[in-house]
Amino acid sequence: MSVATQDTALRTGRISRAFIYLFLLLMALFYLLPFAIMVINSLKPLSEITGGNMMSLPREWTLDAWRAAWSTAQIGVEPTGLKPYFWNSIKMVVPAVAISTVLGALNGYVLTKWRFRGDTILFGLMLFSCFIPFQIVLIPMARVLGLTGLAGTTTGLILVHVVYGIGFSTLYFRNYYAVFPTELVRAAMMDGAGFFGIFWRILMPSSGPITVVCIIWQFTNIWNDFLFGASFADFDSQPITVALNNLVNSSTGVKEYNVHFAGAIYAALPTLLVYIVAGRYFVRGLMSGSVKG
Amino acid sequence: MASAPTQADLKTRLQTLIPKLVLSPSLAVIFLFVYGFIIFTVYLSFTDSRILPSFNLVGFENYSKLFRLSHWTTSITNLGIFAGLYIGISTLIGLGLATFLDQKIRGEGLLRPIYLYPMALSFIVTGTAWKWFLDPGIGLEHTMHLWGWESFSFDWIKNSDYAIYTVVIAAVWQSSGFVMAMFLAGLRGIDNEILKAAQMDGASNWQMYRRIILPQLRPAFLSAFVILSHLAVKSYDLVIALTGGGPGRATELPATFMYSYTFTRNQMGIGASSAVIMLMTIAAIMVPYLYAELREKK
Repeated sequence: MSVATQDTALRTGRISRAFIYLFLLLMALFYLLPFAIMVINSLKPLSEITGGNMMSLPREWTLDAWRAAWSTAQIGVEPTGLKPYFWNSIKMVVPAVAISTVLGALNGYVLTKWRFRGDTILFGLMLFSCFIPFQIVLIPMARVLGLTGLAGTTTGLILVHVVYGIGFSTLYFRNYYAVFPTELVRAAMMDGAGFFGIFWRILMPSSGPITVVCIIWQFTNIWNDFLFGASFADFDSQPITVALNNLVNSSTGVKEYNVHFAGAIYAALPTLLVYIVAGRYFVRGLMSGSVKG
Repeated sequence: MASAPTQADLKTRLQTLIPKLVLSPSLAVIFLFVYGFIIFTVYLSFTDSRILPSFNLVGFENYSKLFRLSHWTTSITNLGIFAGLYIGISTLIGLGLATFLDQKIRGEGLLRPIYLYPMALSFIVTGTAWKWFLDPGIGLEHTMHLWGWESFSFDWIKNSDYAIYTVVIAAVWQSSGFVMAMFLAGLRGIDNEILKAAQMDGASNWQMYRRIILPQLRPAFLSAFVILSHLAVKSYDLVIALTGGGPGRATELPATFMYSYTFTRNQMGIGASSAVIMLMTIAAIMVPYLYAELREKK
């Protein structure tokens, strides 16, 4: 990543600069508006939404919708709120991220420092697995999960997310370790350090940044997954994205928009928090999402 | 070879084996769950599978049925419209934002995260927000009416001729910031000396863009295209959350088609063949790209 002082600033007159600022601000409005309005309206009572203007601030500020979305809203047939699904997501995302990151680190290490014939092809095959449309694996995966008794369980979802997350985590660590000085590894080998010794004492200490990138990436992807959750989970394992969709698109009863919005914000909160806390890494992660490091 | 293996020999042998042993679980999993499954689905696409997989081969029947289904032709037409506009508009907005942000803008540090944060959201959240924002009865149109612009009309999401464009709007909202980040990184990688020299030679801004900056952004264009196009083909969640495929079938995409044929209409053979078509579409883009990228590195 190059330094931020390098820019391609051109000679621009005052009018074009005003135009540039106007464009940038309007675009900022475009990105902020839908979400900001959702937040504001989640703090209104329902009557103010259906009868009022979405752009106006609440006359009566209330957290009722937030409470309802969390613990009492009707989801599917149960009035459980999003709470149990939120925990389902946590229980799924933490192990899946941990396992896929560890595997990715080890794979990246092997593919760059212990190269062998055909390793690029194997890496290419792993990488392609990141981009397949998951529809191509849905049918056999449903069969396999059913046969192994993992259908409808969090363990099953963890397995699925690890399998389809390895490609990306391997990509990150491979690109990162590719530019790590091989001389250091060689020197350690001369000194008699073994495979794991080198990994633990030489590569690990400097792997902080890429580990953060990888964790953010995997966390965002797995937390936000809908397809696998909708296909392979049941009540005890359904992630929050699926529950949110059930909440919003349930056809029975009055549409409680404010509850829907609060629910959407619950579903968005973890990834948004991660993004706010470590946003700079997030950007870097996106950048290395292209194949070159 | 002939000499008895000493302990040192054994150790080096083991050392060369360990890396492969470490890699093998991941490889095994990928070969089984990705490539094995692909083969299985391809096989199913040639069988008369309905509610359960059957192994009775029927040749290309599913494929010929598939392309006679208006549901499927609607889906691929929609994908064409959606992918074209989504890729085109996201690239334009991303490039515009990056170019303008790169003009020594005050507050860049504040604007960048605003452009980018939608990327952190789930498509279900994005869909929920936009579904309501675009709903004529309660969202934007309603607000404009309340503000006195009585004739304002924006009912695309309820209109089967225009609903697909609302999917484009929401998808562009979600991804264009990310494209901006890619272009910004590309722009910051350009050598300023070349630009200064061109400026000295009296090149106009437009000439500098066309001759120097845009050509240097080629890799960024390529990456953006590859990433956006595979996202477009995979689009599923957003449609489900935003329109549910409707009104009618107005916003069905191959991904939603596959799901409903396989799991709700119990036409697994046809569902599998649609998944194969999706895979081939993505492979046609990804395989040459990955091949070129990985070769370059040697």
